[in-house]
This record gives sequence, structure tokens and C-alpha cells, in this order.
Amino acid sequence: MDLVATVIDGILLGGLYALFASGLSLIFGVMRLVNIAHGDLIVLAAFIAMIVIDHFGVHPLVSLVLVVPFMALLGYGLQRGIFNRALDSDILRPVLVSFGVSVFLQNALLQAFSADSRRLQAGNLETLHFDLPGGVAVGVLPCLMFMVALVVIGGLQLLLYRTELGRAFRSVSDDQQTAQLMGINHAHLFGLAMALSLAIVSVAGVFLGIRGNFDPSIGPTRMIFACEAIIIGGLGDLWGTLVGGVILGIAQTLGARINPGYQILAGHLVFLAILTLRPQGFFAKIR
Amino acid sequence: MRSNGSLLEARVLTAFYGDFQALFDVDFRIERNETVAIIGSNGAGKSTLLKSITGLVRTKAEAIYFDGEAIGGKPAYRIVEQGISMVPEGRCLFPSLSVEENLAIGAYSKRQGPWNLEAVYEVFPMLKEKRIVPATALSGGQQQMVAIGRALMANPRLLLCDEISLGLAPVIIKEIYAQLERISAEGTTLVIVEQDIKRAMAVSDHVYCIREGRVVLEGRPRDLGREEITKAYFGM
Repeated sequence: MDLVATVIDGILLGGLYALFASGLSLIFGVMRLVNIAHGDLIVLAAFIAMIVIDHFGVHPLVSLVLVVPFMALLGYGLQRGIFNRALDSDILRPVLVSFGVSVFLQNALLQAFSADSRRLQAGNLETLHFDLPGGVAVGVLPCLMFMVALVVIGGLQLLLYRTELGRAFRSVSDDQQTAQLMGINHAHLFGLAMALSLAIVSVAGVFLGIRGNFDPSIGPTRMIFACEAIIIGGLGDLWGTLVGGVILGIAQTLGARINPGYQILAGHLVFLAILTLRPQGFFAKIR
Repeated sequence: MRSNGSLLEARVLTAFYGDFQALFDVDFRIERNETVAIIGSNGAGKSTLLKSITGLVRTKAEAIYFDGEAIGGKPAYRIVEQGISMVPEGRCLFPSLSVEENLAIGAYSKRQGPWNLEAVYEVFPMLKEKRIVPATALSGGQQQMVAIGRALMANPRLLLCDEISLGLAPVIIKEIYAQLERISAEGTTLVIVEQDIKRAMAVSDHVYCIREGRVVLEGRPRDLGREEITKAYFGM
């Protein structure tokens, strides 16, 4: 039964990794930008939530009412003010710019909040659980994270394949120049994509803060988990990203079961194995 | 003598790709409801002229006037809103979009007019049967129909067609040109870039020949002699 519980924990942890990854996947899909600062933006969202919670005394999930629009606006501004200027040139420059944003964010957060570990207090939600047949205890918070991941990815799929905005995202992704001939302002559209990405990042950041400790230095590791989930699932497929997150989550929880020190290493090993055997991932749409 | 109230007028138009100058002081006019053909060999500057008009290649503000308003230097998405659409060379359909989605994205600018999905399907009926198929899975001729339909969905006053017969079978080219005549008859002004001189002369009211980035000959097809055109086209 322990093994079943471990696998279930891994599956649910995959939901959090899918949340980390889906915003990154959207940005890569729309504008072919690997946003190195993505993990730091998740941590920034957690700190913003902490400020909102401290100021208004609300539950972390309620803080999203303010954190989501704030991060979305920040995303739009960041894209229009910084990333778009780099995107018109070669493929390396936007990556370097996002690296610069990552370094800036880490140092700014360190300056503003120190290196101390923080946590978002969510009361009973942190410990609530229910029992499956056979006595396997499942936490409500991991289930909630997984369900939110399903809703976010399902919502993104609907947006991309059932709305005019989604059509515009896909057409810009295919061919920026021709998309302009359709009347699409790609600079504005990229801004909207980043706004959407950071709205999702807000949710991921709040769950990150509820689930465990965070400090200004942990962004790059979250970014790596997100990248691994995307690559395992296959570039360009959001449901694939969820599967990638789940595989990574299971690998980590199984690794931790063998030895707590192996948790992260086990995830990276499985990633490396999949990268070697199936470099395009499981459901790749972008080659 | 042509009227001063032209739909589009380019004055001393120059265009650059970095340091490379592709157009040199081009003067160019399109009257309302006429069909203009631009002929010239590969690399002459025909596509650059169309890209300058649509804003894909930046020009000086006063270099291009559309319906009396300076549009040079405006971004491409603004120029579409003003009523200029282009069928790009090589069609450039969006591979991740179906036929119907490709057509629908053409209406992104929300310009009002007679063209909508039903109107396009009436002109190209086979597209309706293939509407859920990925656009790039169609034959070359059908893809060209999607590209033309997509441009029409923006309800343009001026439709620019860049090398639409390239790589297509003669029977398909004939069919597409027949539909272009119908589109023209319904009030859309056309500019056709074409390497097939004979076809260009047959469908147009006015012809411009471009060589090495300069207009080297212009006139009504019936006023231009074969030898004169050959000399202008090949520069010998």
C-alpha cells in the first residue's frame, strides 16, 4: 500500500509541476521564447501573495484575487517593455534577456525579503486528507493542486482551439509576418500571452508557498522542473505537459521513498533517460 | 493622362533590406476598380513593392498614399484595417490552423463588407467540403484558394496578389484567374504580380514593368508593343 500511496503522491505532485510548466509552455509555443526567468516569476508571485496576505489578512487562495491581475499586468509590461525588444533579433538574445531578468529578480527579492525561508499559511488545508479504500491517505491540498492544473490546462486548450484569441496565438506562432497581414499586432498579442502566462504563474506561486518553504533562490530549480515536464510531455502539447509533470512527480516520490536525498536526483535521472530514448517527448507537436 | 484621385499612389518610393536598396524612386499609381499587373524577372523588386505597400517593409510616411492618406511607415496590421490585403507569394497559410480557421483569421481586422465565410465558400465551393482539414494538407491550387479567400475575409478595397500562379497547373491557374475577374467585377481593385507576361497583359488594365528596383515601363497593355516589353523585362 505504501507504494500505491507514493505513486498517488507523485501523480498529484505532477499537477503542481504542470502548473509550473503550462505558462512556460504557452510562451514557448506562441513566441518561441524560453523564459529563463519563469521560475523566479513563480517565486515573485509567492512573495506578492505573502504581502497581500500580510496586508489584508486573507487566505492564500483568496489573495489570488489581487495577485493574478497584478502578475498579469506585470507580464504584459515585461513583454512590451523588455522581451519584445529582444524578440525581433536572433534566437539567443531573448534567452539572454530573460536570464538577465532572472538574475535581477533573484537579487531584488533577496534585497527586499532577505534569504529567509517563508511559507504561506493555509490553515486546515495543509493537513486535511481523506482515506482511499485500503487505508491510503490522500491530502486535499495535492488533490486541489491537481484539479486546478486540470482546469488551467483544459481552459488553455479551450482558449487556443475555440476562440479567436487562440487562433491568433496559433497563427502568430506559425508565421509572425503573415499574421501581421491579417491585422494582428503581434507585439500586443505577445503581451497578452505573457499576461496569461503570469496569471497561471500566480496560481503556481501560491500553491508553491502553501506546499512548502520558499526563498528568493529557488526559482531556477522550479524552472528546471517546468522545462523537464514540458520536454518529457513533448513541446507544444499542454496535456503532454501534464503527463510530463506526472512522470516527473512519480519519479521524485519514488526516489524519495528509496532515500529522501534521492528525490530530486531521481526526477532528473528519469528526465535524462526519456531525453535519451525519446528526445521529442511523448506528444510533441513542435519539431 | 490618369486621374489624380488614385486609390493608391507611391511617390519616389525607396525600400531597403538593411544596407541593400531594393527599390529606387518608384512612382506607382492604382486607380479605383482597375486591375494593375506588375511584371518583372526574379529579384526585380515586385514583391518588395507589395511588401512596402502592406507595411512589411518600412518606408517613409509620405512615400505611399492610400485614398489620399499617407500610409507609408505604418505597421502592417494598421494597413489591413485601412483596406489593403495581400495574398503572399508561396501562400503562407498557417499550418496549425484548419481551412476554416485560416479563412476566419483573415477577418481578424473586423472590417465590414460583403466578404464572409459563406461568400468565400460560394466562390470556392470545394473549400467548404475541406473546412476542417489542416490547410497545408490541401493541394497547391486549393491552398491558393484558401490564401485568396483569407485575404478577401478582410474585406479589402485593394487586393494584392503576389505570384499566385507559381507552381500551379494551367487548368487551376485558369480557374483562379476566372474567380479573380469575378472578385474584380464586384468592386475590388486588384494588383497582380506575375511572371507570366501574357497572362498579366490579358487580365490587367494597366501594366508596370520593374527591373532592378526601378519602373522601366508602364502603360495600358494595348499600347505596349511586344518588343518594347521584352526590352524592358530583360533589359536588352
